[in-house]
Amino acid sequence: MKRRLFLKSAMAGSAVATAVGAGLLTPSMAFANSADFKAKSDAAGASAAGAGKGSFKFKAPKIAENGAVVPMTVDASKMEGVTNVSFYVTANGTPLAASFNLSGAQGYVSTRIKMGKTSNVDALVTAGGATTKVSQEVKVTIGGCGG
Amino acid sequence: MAKIKLKPKARKGVIGIKCLIKHPMETGLRKKKGKLVPANHIVHMVVSHNGTTIVDADIGSSVSKDPYFKFNVAGAKGDTIELKYKDSKGKTGSATAKSK
Repeated sequence: MKRRLFLKSAMAGSAVATAVGAGLLTPSMAFANSADFKAKSDAAGASAAGAGKGSFKFKAPKIAENGAVVPMTVDASKMEGVTNVSFYVTANGTPLAASFNLSGAQGYVSTRIKMGKTSNVDALVTAGGATTKVSQEVKVTIGGCGG
Repeated sequence: MAKIKLKPKARKGVIGIKCLIKHPMETGLRKKKGKLVPANHIVHMVVSHNGTTIVDADIGSSVSKDPYFKFNVAGAKGDTIELKYKDSKGKTGSATAKSK
C-alpha cells in the first residue's frame, strides 16, 4: 500500500515539475509574485487590450528553442518621451514579465524572459501618456510542457 | 551576495549600459525532489546615471535566470552608472561602474 502511494505521488510530482520547469505559471497555483506586481500585471493587460499599434521596433525570435531564455528587444529610440516599456507574455500565468519605468534613458530595453509555451508577446511602450503595442508570436519548441 | 556585471560603454554621445546580474530567479513554482523551491527573484531594480535615476524597473518572476538587461542613455565617457536591485527575499545588491 505504501509503495503504491509512493508511486502515485512521485508521478504526480514529476508531472507538475515538468509543467513548471521553465517558469510556466498557472493562475490556479499560488502566486509567487506579490499582490502588488499582480495588480501591475492586470493593469498592463488592460492597457494592452486597448493599445494601438506602436511605431517602434520589437525584436523577438519567431521560434525560441528554449523557453527558459527568450531574448527580446524593444527599440523606441526614435520616439520622444518614452516613460515605460513593458513585456507582456499572454500565455504566462503572470503575463507581465517586466516593466521598466524610464526617466531620461532612451526608449531602448533589451532583456531575456521565460516562456512556458508558444504565445503572443506584447511589447508595450508608453510615450507621452499614450500606450502603444507591437505583438509577435513566439513559438517555444522546448517549453515547460515538453513540447 | 550575487555578482553583478555592469558594463557601460559610450559611443557617439550615447552610453549603452549592459548589465548581467547573477541571480537564481526562482518562480516559487518549480519543484525539486517533490518539494517546492521557494520563490527568490528580483522584484525591483534601479539604474542611475551620475546620481539621477534613469530606469526604475519592476521585474516579475518570468524574467530568465541570471537576468540580462540593456539600456541606452545619453552621456559621455567617464560618467558614473550605478545599479541597485532588491529581490523577493529582501536582499539587495549594487554595482557602480564608470563609462568607457
